[in-house]
Amino acid sequence: MSRLWFPGAFVALILLLALAAPLLGLPDPVRQDIALRLAGPMSGSWLGRDEFGRDVLSRLIWGARTSLSVAFASALTACVIGVALGLIGGWSRGVGSLLSVRSMDIILCFPPVLLALLVVTLLGPGAATLILVLSVLYLPGFARVTYSEVLSVRGRDYVEATRALGAPTWYILLRTVLPNIAGPVLVQLSLAVAAAVVLESGLSFLGLGVVPPAPSWGLMIRGARATMEQAPLLLIWPCAALTLTILAMNLLCDALRDAVDPRTAGR
Amino acid sequence: MTGVWLAHRIAVSLVLAWVVATIVFLALHMVPGDPAELLLSTGGISPDPASVAELRQKLGLERPLLIQYGAFLAGLLRGDLGTSLVDDYPVLHEIALRLPRTLELIFAGTLLAIIIGVPAGVYAAMHRGGTFDRCASGVTALLLAVPVFVVGTLLVLLFAQTLRIMPAGGFAPFAQDPLLHLKLLALPAIAIGKGLAAVLFRMTRAAMLDALANDYVRTARAKGLAPGRILVVHVLRNALNPVITVLGLHMGTLLGGTVLVEYVFNWPGLSTPLLRAVEARDYPMVVGIVLTISVLFLLINLIVEMLQAALDPRIGAR
Repeated sequence: MSRLWFPGAFVALILLLALAAPLLGLPDPVRQDIALRLAGPMSGSWLGRDEFGRDVLSRLIWGARTSLSVAFASALTACVIGVALGLIGGWSRGVGSLLSVRSMDIILCFPPVLLALLVVTLLGPGAATLILVLSVLYLPGFARVTYSEVLSVRGRDYVEATRALGAPTWYILLRTVLPNIAGPVLVQLSLAVAAAVVLESGLSFLGLGVVPPAPSWGLMIRGARATMEQAPLLLIWPCAALTLTILAMNLLCDALRDAVDPRTAGR
Repeated sequence: MTGVWLAHRIAVSLVLAWVVATIVFLALHMVPGDPAELLLSTGGISPDPASVAELRQKLGLERPLLIQYGAFLAGLLRGDLGTSLVDDYPVLHEIALRLPRTLELIFAGTLLAIIIGVPAGVYAAMHRGGTFDRCASGVTALLLAVPVFVVGTLLVLLFAQTLRIMPAGGFAPFAQDPLLHLKLLALPAIAIGKGLAAVLFRMTRAAMLDALANDYVRTARAKGLAPGRILVVHVLRNALNPVITVLGLHMGTLLGGTVLVEYVFNWPGLSTPLLRAVEARDYPMVVGIVLTISVLFLLINLIVEMLQAALDPRIGAR
């Protein structure tokens, strides 16, 4: 269980910081102060200022808020729609599963970044586009996991019993089947959030994700690249924040998977 | 590998390529409103009607959807991907010029990952629980967590900015300066290959542990076969198949990562025109490059399946 605790606490800390960002009394993350351009650490700005004189610590914490809200919004959207499709597909089988689950596999024919760039070309960059693209990208994962779990659960006695009692289909799916497949879906959700953080930062790094001046870790790394020579630390902070967050999320995913499915434990 | 099986796999790949092309074609028409207006609008300012009409003309949007679709597919079969909206340059020419450089980078990254990941996985499995095994597992977790563009940027910071022993990026044709070419290839290849190396390490280790636990390995040992022969003939050959599966699964991430790595290192592959085109909303260019890379993705997966069938006769016989 300790494998769940440590990364879990770290992820919780980042979530808490991101949620509490407005309450922490941080300097405005987008206010520029050219006089303090690339200034080192000082009182009131522990990590110094960036290439526009904006407070780095404040941008890191507000950046976490941006990254995590995009990641959670897209993963939750993908989860709700994907699970619904998987439930329908697994329950109806046949043509229903072909339409709702197999059709989603088309998305997997594209390398994720490429599909995202295609959509950004059409809709323009921004947080809304990111959430749309990321939720589409993670749909097949949720649909597949739910589908296979529903197939293994639907024949169980307790499902048969609920059906024999005359419960309507929606009731069986939501109240009997869904709670019993929640474990693998939760694991999939944690995987999707971690993957979304990576992809969001990558697209923002390319200048095609979150629109400046909004703070985002990917954008911070993009900006700090230009001043790498004078201020290498500016590059290190967002890189470290991003990597540690993803590392903690990955470890949490692994621990969650082992907790849900004991077969994979100890590998 | 039977002929029927191979023909079936190729047919499936062709159908998938057609589906991918159709999706890309439909994407432009699935967006709400007039696609031409959408492509021209920036930040909510509506474009002037004359340029919208011109773009509609250029993209052939006035024609009925089915005719447009037919023309699009016919163009693809002829190898005609249209022309750039920015400078009327044929998309195919741009791709033909830059695809080899992207392929070189992918190949170098994959090769590096295999050379490092597979032997390290074998060694860790043979010495399970040892110092190397434990250290390597930690390093793997870190390698999997750090995004590809972060690795690239930090490599530039360390080797080019701080130690000044490697160039920060760029490109030199191999024929002109082979040494500089390889030097410029090294850091991007590491950045691309790191994730795959970590995945291959994990998979090789797990597959080796599975294979080592099999009865036929015990039998081979009891027969008195040399440990090296057991490792290669009995263990590695059976462990290799899941490893190759993972190689195929990881290719999508790798191809996407290439876009980021080329950007970080100024490597003049497909990424440069792609990103420029996305920014300029140059739809034909984006479609051409996305299609090329997606078909490449399908092709790599086909090759992976053929490799698996060659290694495990049970797959091809089905």
